[in-house]
Amino acid sequence: MSFINYAAREINVKIVYYGPGLCGKTTNLQYIYERSNPQQKGRLISLATETDRTLFFDFLPLDLGTVRGFKTRFHLYTVPGQVFYDASRKLILKGVDGVVFVADSQEARMDANVESLRNLEDNLRENGFELKAIPYVLQFNKRDLPTAVSVDEMYRLLNYKGEPTYEAIAPQGMGVFETLKAVAKQVLYELRRK
Amino acid sequence: MDAGLVMYEEEFDRITSILNRLRVESSANIVFLVDKNGQQIAGAGEIDRVDTTSLASLTAGNVAATDGLAKLIGEKEFSILFHEGKKDNIHISIVGQRLILVVIFDERSSLGLVRLRVRKAAAEIERVLTQMEAKAKEVGAMEAASPFAEITDEDIDALFSE
Repeated sequence: MSFINYAAREINVKIVYYGPGLCGKTTNLQYIYERSNPQQKGRLISLATETDRTLFFDFLPLDLGTVRGFKTRFHLYTVPGQVFYDASRKLILKGVDGVVFVADSQEARMDANVESLRNLEDNLRENGFELKAIPYVLQFNKRDLPTAVSVDEMYRLLNYKGEPTYEAIAPQGMGVFETLKAVAKQVLYELRRK
Repeated sequence: MDAGLVMYEEEFDRITSILNRLRVESSANIVFLVDKNGQQIAGAGEIDRVDTTSLASLTAGNVAATDGLAKLIGEKEFSILFHEGKKDNIHISIVGQRLILVVIFDERSSLGLVRLRVRKAAAEIERVLTQMEAKAKEVGAMEAASPFAEITDEDIDALFSE
């Protein structure tokens, strides 16, 4: 849910990176953090377990610049991907403005992708949103792995509404900013429409 | 689904002055207000001393998790959270169901005093919030409240030109 502050002349929006465990949501945020100007970004917060699995969420505030005299601030969140953290995932989707679904391209993870996408649909609905209506981008991550399933097949399996779809190798940055830009654009268009 | 929050200069000033007064009356170091989604709304005191953006998002996460716990055991909400540290303490309370009031204080104040002052300030903030919502509805009915109504594709592309 966007927050427009006329006094400070800024607008805040919330983007959530969703997807199955170990698909690379946190890696997306880490790459964005590493490659953004210091003036643009805040601290990257990771609430993770000792083995670096996301426990609650990662959070990265990012200033994208000014539109019509308003500073646009994007708050990027990830959810914990592991199945049993569902209660936490639901909480993080509260007030979301746009969603990125990070899919794992490895063949063995296709079922997990499909399950996580269904889970996203359910949890959005519980928060009063419809995946059909919300700004949404799909990312096929880990394209460099030898067991990666073809893009066509993944698209057939995971495409939800003809959303913008990007191939990515998150640790190298391929597709990371393209994904972010695509979802940010949709959110801004949505604000215009309101 | 709730509409996004819109705040204008007048309400912002009123809320800031309520927070300033609360800070003085409760002898706190920092007072600030965030919404339940983790967006910072206003603050008072030594806010330059802390990373308020992170503080806001973690506070909201904390409240969300505690809300989840409350529902699990059949409570509607836990309206107050208190964290006690060696030096600094954090008092968190929910205002008008959608905002979170955070007070950070040390040994110069006490939990009792903070609770007392927070109760009064929360009622005042709630009144402003009600007015804000009424105003947003009114303005929304007259014209598009969003400054982005006339945004062009070029404006959006310019954001990403780097």
